[in-house]
Amino acid sequence: MEKILVLLHTESDGSICRGGLESLNASLSVKTQLAESELVIGIVGNNVKSAVSNIAGCGAKSFVAVEGEQFDQPRYCTDAIAIESIMKAVKPSIIIAPATIRWNRVVPGAAYRVGAAADTHITGVLIKDGVLKASRWYYRQRIEALIHRTQRPWVLLIDSGVFKPYSGVPADAQIEILNVETPETAVQTRVIGYREPPVGHQTIRPDAKLLFVAGAGWTKKQADGKVHIEEAEKLILDFLNLTRASLGSSKSLVDIGSEGQAVLSFLSHLNQIGQTGSTPRHPKGLATCCHGEEPHTVGWRFINERRAINLDPNCGWARGKADVLYVADAFAVMRKVNELFSGSIGKKR
Amino acid sequence: MSNGYQIIVCSGIVPDPLQTLEPVQTPTGPGLKNEMMLPAVLDTWASHALYEAAHLASKVVGSKVWLVSLAPKTKLQQVMMIVAQKAQFELVAVDCPSGGFSDPYESAVVLADTIKSISGLDFNRLFIFGGWESASRGAGVTLQIVGERLGIINQFQGVDEIKINDDGSFDVYERITEGKHQISQFSKLPAILGWATGNLPEPKNNPQIGMVNMRTIMPSIQRAKQVKLENKNLVFTSVQLPKQERTTRIVKDMPVEEIAREIVEWIKQ
Ligand SMILES: Cc1cc2nc3c(=O)[nH]c(=O)nc-3n(C[C@H](O)[C@H](O)[C@H](O)COP(=O)(O)OP(=O)(O)OC[C@H]3O[C@@H](n4cnc5c(N)ncnc54)[C@H](O)[C@@H]3O)c2cc1C
Repeated sequence: MEKILVLLHTESDGSICRGGLESLNASLSVKTQLAESELVIGIVGNNVKSAVSNIAGCGAKSFVAVEGEQFDQPRYCTDAIAIESIMKAVKPSIIIAPATIRWNRVVPGAAYRVGAAADTHITGVLIKDGVLKASRWYYRQRIEALIHRTQRPWVLLIDSGVFKPYSGVPADAQIEILNVETPETAVQTRVIGYREPPVGHQTIRPDAKLLFVAGAGWTKKQADGKVHIEEAEKLILDFLNLTRASLGSSKSLVDIGSEGQAVLSFLSHLNQIGQTGSTPRHPKGLATCCHGEEPHTVGWRFINERRAINLDPNCGWARGKADVLYVADAFAVMRKVNELFSGSIGKKR
Repeated sequence: MSNGYQIIVCSGIVPDPLQTLEPVQTPTGPGLKNEMMLPAVLDTWASHALYEAAHLASKVVGSKVWLVSLAPKTKLQQVMMIVAQKAQFELVAVDCPSGGFSDPYESAVVLADTIKSISGLDFNRLFIFGGWESASRGAGVTLQIVGERLGIINQFQGVDEIKINDDGSFDVYERITEGKHQISQFSKLPAILGWATGNLPEPKNNPQIGMVNMRTIMPSIQRAKQVKLENKNLVFTSVQLPKQERTTRIVKDMPVEEIAREIVEWIKQ
């Protein structure tokens, strides 16, 4: 019999993030397929009562929490203590948790304290011959594997966007609040704030329907022998404002900036998609002035529909990386696209 | 060196990302076709950690950087020919498989033991750096376990920047969502930092640094202890390339207006 612990954390407003609700749904599906298994919810953070009320009807056997101001901050030392305490109290054999940024940073370390092994970036779970198995990618989304562990407890951190989020009618539930001591050394590290992108440069939107990728071509000499950085900036920013798309970049384009050449001012490494960048999840992606080389396109693994605009009919996108490749000047196309979206006539270059 | 930092960078090696990878079954579990022939590079995010380590060390007199690498030693030697020219460090090599299908728990134990064996280690001055995820397993587990085994509770992942404050405390900038960074402050070492891209460009090759490094690199590779990883607890049911590539519709000679209209319709769908 497997005892499943769903390990969640609250947000500062007492809610549970979408990824958390998705991992709850994943756990419910595992529970129904594993005979005689039971499910317990463990929550860390502040305001756990309101968090629990939204999932109280999920069918969990019990709710266990570590609550308090010191557990509100995403901080390795305190999060690890909280997770360790919940695991020791519940004694689960399987732990399912959302691969949130906060949990990815601490759950494997904390789980190690109770002899558990963790696998991260899980993109699917299934039961085969009564055994729980998980899929995840290796070599930056190039190779997919189905794995399981003989070791218990086993922790699975589930990537967001894989399962539908749980939703249920709010209800009351009994919560067992664990009494957890935090030594002074555990609160020495303090989260003192957040650095936001400058106003108007908030271009990364994880929930956007469309990923718009800009490549180094936007900064290269064009048919008239000149570079057109200002126009490139305007076309891209206008497009983002009109569509609320999320902005991604190739490595070459962000690297040009750190090498001191002309570059789009609102880009940073955080926009980078690919091998050494991110692998976001969006239903659609449009690549512009980007060659579509493998170290870039591995970051597109979870973009369902893909289109690209490139002057080169032999670019990487043409070789099975995109659904449609428009062989065209991205400046001209995007100018027209913006016109169509805004319903106005722009001026020609 | 009495006041500087001791910065230990942990990094494996990975196939050059421009190579085509194909999984195969080997007697010891899944692996890559022609794995030993594939050109390799230092693990990509860990490379940034190395550049950041060298940069931090250059700011505080008496600091020293070690690079601890678990990798097959013949491959490691090839990779070092380039890496040695990028930043000054002392190599600590362990001759060991470095493929993505090995269990991070076993690598972490070897890494932690190797770090502990470095003579003159002073935990009050110690930073352990690495990539926040490897380009092979992409798990983000190894550094956390190294920290747990060494009792290091100041851990940060997805780091893009560290600042030293006037009072000697540190501000660490970790990536969170939507292009934001979380800023954490701490004042007491040791600490573990899993780096994302950081802020430094890849250093140009410097043959002089390369020559200095090579004096310790070659002996370190020669005396590298051989370690086997067993994958005792991890079972692979299947390992495969993703399903068929897309059939790309290549649209040539379509007027710009029409392309734009098609794209707008597609976005609106
Ligand atoms: C270890 C390692 C890690 C890497 N990690 C990453 C990574 O994480 N992400 C990443 O992106 N890359 C990564 N790369 C680099 C990758 O191999 C490519 O070099 C990079 O993606 C190329 O960027 P690009 O396509 O923007 O630029 P380029 O290769 O310079 O291509 C520019 C493109 O713009 C097109 N173009 C120019 N003008 C126009 C126009 N007017 N209209 C339409 N098209 C136009 C050109 O035809 C060309 O195809 C990595 C490489 C290595 C070795």
